Amino acid sequence: MSIKLLSPEELLALNRFDVDEGNPHILVDKTICAHCTARPCLAVCPARCYRLKNGEVSFEYAGCLECGTCRVMCTDGGVTSWNYPRASFGVTFRCS
Amino acid sequence: MADDSFDAIVVGAGPAGCACAYTLAKEGKSVLLLERGNSAGAKNVSGGRLYTYALEMLEPGMYLRAPLQRKIVREQIMMLGEKSAMTIDYCDFGFGEGVPQSYSVVRASLDEWFASECEAKGAMLASGQLVDGLVEEGGKIVGIKCGEDEMRANVVVAADGVNSLLGQKAGLFSDAKGHAVGVGVKETIELPDELISRRFALKDDEGTARVAIGCTEGISGGAFLYTNKGSISLGIVFNPEQAGKQQRHIQDIFQDFKMHPAILALIEGGTSVEFGGHLVPEMGYHGIPKNLYREGMLVVGDAAQFGINTGMIIRGMDLAIVSGLAAARAILKAKDTAETGPLYMKQLEELRLLPNMKAYENFHGIFEISRIFKEYPALANQMMRFLFTVNGQVPPPMLKKMLQIVKSNVTFRQMASDGWKAYWSI
Repeated sequence: MSIKLLSPEELLALNRFDVDEGNPHILVDKTICAHCTARPCLAVCPARCYRLKNGEVSFEYAGCLECGTCRVMCTDGGVTSWNYPRASFGVTFRCS
Repeated sequence: MADDSFDAIVVGAGPAGCACAYTLAKEGKSVLLLERGNSAGAKNVSGGRLYTYALEMLEPGMYLRAPLQRKIVREQIMMLGEKSAMTIDYCDFGFGEGVPQSYSVVRASLDEWFASECEAKGAMLASGQLVDGLVEEGGKIVGIKCGEDEMRANVVVAADGVNSLLGQKAGLFSDAKGHAVGVGVKETIELPDELISRRFALKDDEGTARVAIGCTEGISGGAFLYTNKGSISLGIVFNPEQAGKQQRHIQDIFQDFKMHPAILALIEGGTSVEFGGHLVPEMGYHGIPKNLYREGMLVVGDAAQFGINTGMIIRGMDLAIVSGLAAARAILKAKDTAETGPLYMKQLEELRLLPNMKAYENFHGIFEISRIFKEYPALANQMMRFLFTVNGQVPPPMLKKMLQIVKSNVTFRQMASDGWKAYWSI
């Protein structure tokens, strides 16, 4: 493989994730996000877990890098709960 | 003391937690070191340089056992233009002599090694354990909760990283704010070791550390590159508040940086193997919470927001180790739990952590000069282009052209105000 521009999906595919199916460690209230105009999450989440779909903020925790940026940057309170994944779940960095 | 109680429970097996657990265990204390990752380092991302003095402080010669990458002898500052780049290369082989000043590191191996050193000294390491609460009694912290389990200790050391949910649960500080942190993204790129040495003009054990500006689309922030053994760490740290107001995603800005011809030439032929993201404390001395302890609990490392960023020097792991050592010394000296906190603060002074951070206390002001991230790098590149251009045309008078380049990027009033700001920051 040579160096190339990687898509968000390709970047996350490099990592190892053990997803805690059906048990999100971050909870997002989309009704709050609907009224948020700033939506910094769309640009700053390193894993791009927050995306705009049909004008709505959608959130997918599976590729979360557990950095905390969304918790710090969410000013309108859409991120209603932020925790680390349960033990043994989430991302595992092997060479960072 | 009950049989099932520890002298100390350390939460988080990063450099701060390990330094603390190591020192305590070495002195015969019973220590439980808890790590939420399946192994120490599994949840950690950092740019990748450790200043060696901290390990030397912990135990002389310890760095010789550590899985360090390359000793840094080349310090580079890069300013990117659209299709150009200007790089200042300062090589100082003195940095590599004796106890080398600093090493590039990979956290997955460094932290795992560090935690195993703690185990070897008698600390009990439990990985894959997420601490989700504290146990309080009579206003004191007396233990932690891991799901259903409760574990007790004389003191709990919160080494749980920049997000320190434990420090928040203890009521020591509120959540970090956007302006006080940087958000870093990083790609690890594998490349044959001898190719790295050749491309960066290094001997096998020598390394390069590079910072770069002009690659963040004007957002306050900068890029980093570290040469490891067989890999390169490449990333950018952004001010998240400014980044959050931009249209473009930080991932895209980072990918463009990676594909810049001046960067691509260094990593070409490599293989991207990992993508990380992490928060970094950015406020330096002024970002340290007022309260770093309460009875039965101390906060160390990133959790205490210890960090120094001068633009050229980026420090975190060394401060983490020193703070872990300070906490351990305080715990060893204290006659009762009420004494531990004040002793910890005293140790942070004596081990020169706080004086070090104070020496750079206003440096974060530099990063408020927005033109550093766009206009000045552009200006430098345009000047270089003019100086090196030969095309058969009669060149304009040098001074006139230089002034024109300056004026096309900044006004003299802006330059004066930026100079003033920089002067007061440093």
